[in-house]
Amino acid sequence: MAAVPAQEQRLHRFELPAITGVLVREIINYTSYWRSATFSATVEPTIYLMAFGFGFGSIVSSVGGYDYVEFVGTGTVATAVLFASAFPAMFGTFVKYQFQHTYDAILAAPVDTEELVTAEALWVATRAGVYGCVPLLVAIVFGLDAAWSMLLVPFIGFLAGFGWACFGIAVAGRAKSIESFSYIISAVLTPLFLLAGTFFPLNGLPEWAQKLAEANPLHHTVQLVRGAAFGWAGWTDLLRVGYLAAVGFILWRLAIISMQRKLID
Amino acid sequence: MTDLAIRLRGVVKRYGEITAVNGLDLEVPYGTCVGLLGPNGAGKSTTMRLLTAQAIGDEGELHVLGFELPGESKQARAQCGVAPQLDNLDVTLTVEQNLRVFAHLYRVGRHERRDAIERALEIANLNDRRATRVDKLSGGMRRRLLIARALVHGPRLILLDEPTVGLDPQVRQELWALIDRLRAEGTTILMSTHYIEEAQRLADTVLIMSHGRAVAAGVPNDLVAEHAGREAVEVFGGPARLAEAEADARAAGFSTRRTGTSVSILRIDQANGGVPEGERRPANLEDVFVLLTGEEID
Repeated sequence: MAAVPAQEQRLHRFELPAITGVLVREIINYTSYWRSATFSATVEPTIYLMAFGFGFGSIVSSVGGYDYVEFVGTGTVATAVLFASAFPAMFGTFVKYQFQHTYDAILAAPVDTEELVTAEALWVATRAGVYGCVPLLVAIVFGLDAAWSMLLVPFIGFLAGFGWACFGIAVAGRAKSIESFSYIISAVLTPLFLLAGTFFPLNGLPEWAQKLAEANPLHHTVQLVRGAAFGWAGWTDLLRVGYLAAVGFILWRLAIISMQRKLID
Repeated sequence: MTDLAIRLRGVVKRYGEITAVNGLDLEVPYGTCVGLLGPNGAGKSTTMRLLTAQAIGDEGELHVLGFELPGESKQARAQCGVAPQLDNLDVTLTVEQNLRVFAHLYRVGRHERRDAIERALEIANLNDRRATRVDKLSGGMRRRLLIARALVHGPRLILLDEPTVGLDPQVRQELWALIDRLRAEGTTILMSTHYIEEAQRLADTVLIMSHGRAVAAGVPNDLVAEHAGREAVEVFGGPARLAEAEADARAAGFSTRRTGTSVSILRIDQANGGVPEGERRPANLEDVFVLLTGEEID
């Protein structure tokens, strides 16, 4: 057989077909497990919302000028985003390279690690953006006033979810075993989750804790969702968006480095 | 150089203290099937990973389909199909869904996708299983799907890493028939295996690897003639008898190898009289393999 001349078309470092290829794989797979994913991503924050909303709501009627149910209903959006992004990214990534060897198959195709990680994070972030709306809808059922600006909530969830997805992927790339995620969950995610102003306002906390909370992306997510529900805080909110984007960018690059080390010998 | 689908020169790949590939030269001409033969740990799988830039070599030159690796690897991968040793199908998806995913990953155009999937189903003879979930397939069907998945975009070169490892003889034959068909159609194939019969049946040329380098390369029959001669004699008996036969044959200048229950004395056709007593048989590729890669397992 005569040698065929090599194709002239050059492939670039970052290509849309590679991203869509990985996304198509995720979407087709999603059709086989969407029930369980949707269940865990929505039921858990809803339980938090109802337990705190009704439990605390009976003693504390209002916080910072809002009904407690409204306060928690908007706050748990960030929790839902976290649960729908960091956790699937950590466990999903680990399972896909360690047990299913999926990434070996994908990287044998014309897809590089950078494109693979980006596509996976985009997919998780999209899901997180959608799932993040569930507590808000529940809160609306329980009396939160709907507002047009709430239509931005999925985008806030997407932005925050992208960062958390990259965080999860970066952690998974360095994990020796699936048990090591316990350290991350206990030492990183749980404190961040409690120090976000979801269930109680942060201004009752000691000053050092308030300072720490300012660095917590989850806190800014909570504040942005409250902005969408109760009215924006102007430049402060833009700064929060910028902060989430910057954190997301850094975690995105870290996730790529971490996975390159893991997947390419 | 343009008539070579794969060309490796002096490739070295180290993992810490271990040198998995140690100065490997490998050539795969277009339209041929080359068998990469070697014991476990010889560096076959690492070589396969180097060809898709999932491992990056420390030294040497790698060209795949005229592209230089690792820099132009994405280009090479686009025209290459890979059937890995470890089954990495999406088990909760159907046969057809698995093929569709890879049609996307390998950028088969929107209008050609349906035909590409049908063709792959045809090749793997899985037409009536298209809607079956992968975890409901037999081991042989999964392996056929794995190969079909590697062919969905009509690649110019396919890499098969141990295509029949761990399968029943019946299923193995079925896969051999599939690979032989591809070969007959002119697909360029690089196949790693540690089954000698597989290499002898399917490969136009084989390259025998040991400790990360090529110890012999050529047409299987030529290698047999060159290294093991035309005929061998097998001497059977108890351990003492075998040791004696081995010592006598070596003293008389023959090469020997143990075959578990017997000692094979090689190159008897080139002896000047004095052929030891035993069962005569044609020399084979296994004789060459053991002679060149050593009798001991590390």
